[in-house]
Amino acid sequence: MTYAKPLPEPDPDSAPFWAGTREHRLMLQKCGGCGRFRFPSQRLCPHCHSPEAEWVQASGNGTVFSWIVVRHPVPREVYGQDVPYVVALIALDEGVRMPSNIVGCAPEDVTPGMAVTVQFDDVTPDVTLPRFKPGRA
Amino acid sequence: MFTLRDRYCIAGIGHTDYTKRSGRTVLDLASEACLKASADAGVPVQDIDGIVSFNFGDSVPGIAVATALGMPHAHYCVDIAGGGNAANLIVMHAIAAIEAGLAKTVLCYRAMNGRSGYRLGGGRELAARGITQYTAPFGWITYPQAMAMWCRRHMIRYGTTAEQLGEVAVTCRANATLNPRAMQREPMTMDDYMASRFIVEPFRLLDICLESDGACAVLVTSADRAKDMAKPPVYVMGAAYGGGPNQGEDLFDAIRWPEHAENYAKYIADDLWGGAGVSPKDVDVAEIYDCFTYSVLMQLEGLGFCKEGEGGSFVQGGRIARDGELPINTHGGLLSEAYIHGFNHVIEAVSQLRGDAGERQVRDAEIALTTAGAMTCGSAMVLRR
Ligand SMILES: [Zn+2]
Repeated sequence: MTYAKPLPEPDPDSAPFWAGTREHRLMLQKCGGCGRFRFPSQRLCPHCHSPEAEWVQASGNGTVFSWIVVRHPVPREVYGQDVPYVVALIALDEGVRMPSNIVGCAPEDVTPGMAVTVQFDDVTPDVTLPRFKPGRA
Repeated sequence: MFTLRDRYCIAGIGHTDYTKRSGRTVLDLASEACLKASADAGVPVQDIDGIVSFNFGDSVPGIAVATALGMPHAHYCVDIAGGGNAANLIVMHAIAAIEAGLAKTVLCYRAMNGRSGYRLGGGRELAARGITQYTAPFGWITYPQAMAMWCRRHMIRYGTTAEQLGEVAVTCRANATLNPRAMQREPMTMDDYMASRFIVEPFRLLDICLESDGACAVLVTSADRAKDMAKPPVYVMGAAYGGGPNQGEDLFDAIRWPEHAENYAKYIADDLWGGAGVSPKDVDVAEIYDCFTYSVLMQLEGLGFCKEGEGGSFVQGGRIARDGELPINTHGGLLSEAYIHGFNHVIEAVSQLRGDAGERQVRDAEIALTTAGAMTCGSAMVLRR
């Protein structure tokens, strides 16, 4: 069966991020100038404009900043089997926020500030998505 | 800050019917609204020299309208790429153009087949490139899904309740029942609201605005010129456009926005009221952008009608009803009149200030607020009769 959901199309700024998830590692850019993490990745640091950055493996730990529960699938033929599902903004320990799904608990059990940790789902042979489940690693 | 208080006017308004299926081209809708706005002002299209519109890739450019209406001198035609954030911005742009000597009399419009054609609410492309590579793969795709994240954050931070959101929906519907052009005129109770199904929590169906086919247009000119036109001018006292830091790569992207419990409104409030020379307590009627119920709460807070976090309690107890302290969305808003991307709010504000709003007229309305935007950026105007 073909995978009908949108798959990330890596670009020069994001390719290391998606290469990392394929290896089941959550990689974040860390500025060589000011030391801050940034997400989404981009060549120039928005804080100090340094082009120097290294990719660092993140802890994978964070907390729930906000979340939604999708009940009405759009489009139905793609998401009809998935509802209800949770999309959240995760506040990573490294100080950046990342959108993802929360899995491994019922939608009604998600709470604000809940601790979550990354898991990696190989959705196709080429693409791995980082999702989050309750707990800390 | 806007430095042209009372020097520019809305001299004419026009709109089509609002429907689910117009059976007409967007160009035809735009042409009808523009022609009506110029006729309302008593200005022949031959005397109009500019057109400013906004669109989301779902409409027709000003040059097309100028061509369709055979306008020989409409040389200043500008189309702004924008969503609900831009509804007041196009009027501001027209004023700026006239002030700069680039045109004298300018039509502003928004036209769309928003239900039968391109559906903004659910029609996003299933692609994951650029910023959407970080959102779409997780099934975070539609605008209701985007904005539910903001609403939830307001609930987390301030304890905002479903009943408080419902107050906005019920108030808009009550107003729409008095508005012959409103698409949703069936009376709605709080029980109806609470019983409506969840689309994307925390949004129920009745937290989400309509989808509409239709067009709205206004004619903008200087106060000097407006004096000789057919209708009493409505003056622009103040106007502001903008947002906060990290507005993201598009209107959907708010990954880096500092705090989703507050939106653009707080960032433009000082410019808006400073330019207008009045304060929230002077507003007689407020047409507040209501693509979703929650956005009204954040704008009331951000613009200073109440303190941060108190939007929920502010809207309770009849305060925002037509006979309340601050009547809002007297036409029914985007929630119950129509979704012409907020430009229908401007039409309603002008009607109220002219005293032309029929059964839904707010008594002695002298100063009106119009806002547009729900997330990182937006625009607002203070108008007076
Ligand atoms: Zn830096």
